[in-house]
Amino acid sequence: MASITLKDLVKAYGDTEVLHHIDGQIEDGEFVVIVGPSGCGKSTLLRMVAGLETVTGGEIHIGDRVVNELEPADRDIAMVFQNYALYPHMSVRENMAYGLKIRKISKDEINRRVEEAADILEIRPYLERKPRQLSGGQRQRVAMGRAIVRDPQVFLFDEPLSNLDAKLRVQMRLEIRKLQQKLGVTSIYVTHDQVEAMTLGDRLMVLNGGYVEQFGTPIELYDRPETMFVAGFIGSPAMNFLPAEVANGVTTLSNGAQLGVAQGQGNVVLGVRPEHLEPQEDGAIEVQVQLMEQLGANTLLHGALKGTDTEMVVSLPGHVTAAPGTEMKFGAAPENMHFFAPDTQKRIE
Amino acid sequence: MVENRPILTLVSHLVLIFGVVLVALPIWITFVAATHDAVRMTQAPIPLLPGTHFLENLKATLFGSGLSSAEAAPVWRMLLNSLAMALMIAFGKIVISLLSAFAIVYFKFPFRMGFFWLIFITLMLPVEVRILPTFEVVANLGMLNSYWGLTVPLIASATATFMFRQVFLTIPDEMLESARIDGAGPMRFFIDILVPLSRTNIAALFVILFIYGWNQYLWPLLITTDNDMTTIVMSIKQMLEAAEQSPQWNIIMMTALLAMIPPVFVVIAMQKLFVQGLTETDK
Repeated sequence: MASITLKDLVKAYGDTEVLHHIDGQIEDGEFVVIVGPSGCGKSTLLRMVAGLETVTGGEIHIGDRVVNELEPADRDIAMVFQNYALYPHMSVRENMAYGLKIRKISKDEINRRVEEAADILEIRPYLERKPRQLSGGQRQRVAMGRAIVRDPQVFLFDEPLSNLDAKLRVQMRLEIRKLQQKLGVTSIYVTHDQVEAMTLGDRLMVLNGGYVEQFGTPIELYDRPETMFVAGFIGSPAMNFLPAEVANGVTTLSNGAQLGVAQGQGNVVLGVRPEHLEPQEDGAIEVQVQLMEQLGANTLLHGALKGTDTEMVVSLPGHVTAAPGTEMKFGAAPENMHFFAPDTQKRIE
Repeated sequence: MVENRPILTLVSHLVLIFGVVLVALPIWITFVAATHDAVRMTQAPIPLLPGTHFLENLKATLFGSGLSSAEAAPVWRMLLNSLAMALMIAFGKIVISLLSAFAIVYFKFPFRMGFFWLIFITLMLPVEVRILPTFEVVANLGMLNSYWGLTVPLIASATATFMFRQVFLTIPDEMLESARIDGAGPMRFFIDILVPLSRTNIAALFVILFIYGWNQYLWPLLITTDNDMTTIVMSIKQMLEAAEQSPQWNIIMMTALLAMIPPVFVVIAMQKLFVQGLTETDK
């Protein structure tokens, strides 16, 4: 077991810097999810920790060692790849044992470890099969088994569930979480799926364009997003952003409506999550409904802020019916209103 | 296509049978000729049904000096020479091409693509084109009349290198990364992962290269003067010209028959892998 420290980490391909001065501390036994849209550099960051990409600047510590120059095999890590990367010509047993065999661990010990991991993952009946004879979920288990038998200090997951169907993904997600809690191995997990990120991670690192937008627990990210990007990325449906102007403690929306809650001064962006909008008789936020989505447990109303083109989504619990064109008034609790500076996109306190 | 038109079936079968007969007839005649005695073979018309001298001819061909002219090596020796040459060429080409393709695909070194194109350009330089300089080099190295002289100049293969390069390019990068995390060094990765994954392609190439090696004619003719180094393919031609006498067709045809057997055997034995290797794209 070990902690991981990223210090001022930079990755550049030629003159193009793709990761900009990333700092972060991952505690021993912690499950950290790196999340962001495609192309944000999250996989690159993970691969740098794995040793599959060179480090342009800064340091990576695993435990008390600087591992910048170490080969992947010497970093005491195990990685689960998106497409599993099982060796197709080896049986499940051989796949799991290959790394141990290279380390010249005794046959008995290898068998013991492989069978133990197979029992944990319930893949014992498939040990003698070839990967192509297994289903996607079973291959995923084998890939995890291969990581477990190594008994590493760190698990690295590179979007391991994205090749599975939706139902299996939910099931495997829970299993990965349970497994990680049971083994207590420090883990880094990369995904673009924010639900996966929220449910799996002790903490989330939100990456955008090679910058860390925010690094915190899922609830911190949800309740107090530091930037507009995080605010829009975490939570589904995404947060509503309304351009507004603040003067003397009063927020004026673009349609002239006024709210008594305000942060900052001048032009701001007011962010309110769809689920935090409540119907109120005297609500200041008036929405013209254009479309309704009945999801059973809740209802999504798509529309625009009255008198403007600003699109809005409202999520109401239970069944609500509203004909297109209906105008509804909403309000939100002060702690659920987030203010951002339009130029820096940062949160205003 | 599922159709039931008797006329069409009949016609297509006739066409197919005609094709088979066209291809098989010369082989049949070779076989028939190899079963008659020398006298019968000089009479017209040539026989179309097998005679009774098969074993006799086989024995005379394999262990006699083939033809009555005494200086020629026995045919079993020629078969052995041909086999050695074909195997050395096939294995040599496969090993060298695997290694060069491995270097070109998996290692970053200066002028990597330059080297690749250099190898590729040698496609335009088969033995026939560079025969004089190659002979000079082989002669200077003292490799005349040896298996090395027979095989080494034919071993470098751009085609095989190119084919293995394409095969390696289809193997996902994660395989390499996974092996690196497992602690496999480059050669270990090559032997444990790449070679087994290219198994069917290696087999397909082996078939092609074995036949290529077996059928070599011009180069062995040039490089060997010693009768003990004669290969079977070149000997057939020599038998026809042998010692101012009428050709002994029964012996010559038996030799031709024997020359056909090893390639046929290789093709049949490796047929399944051969087809897989040339058609399968999924890794």
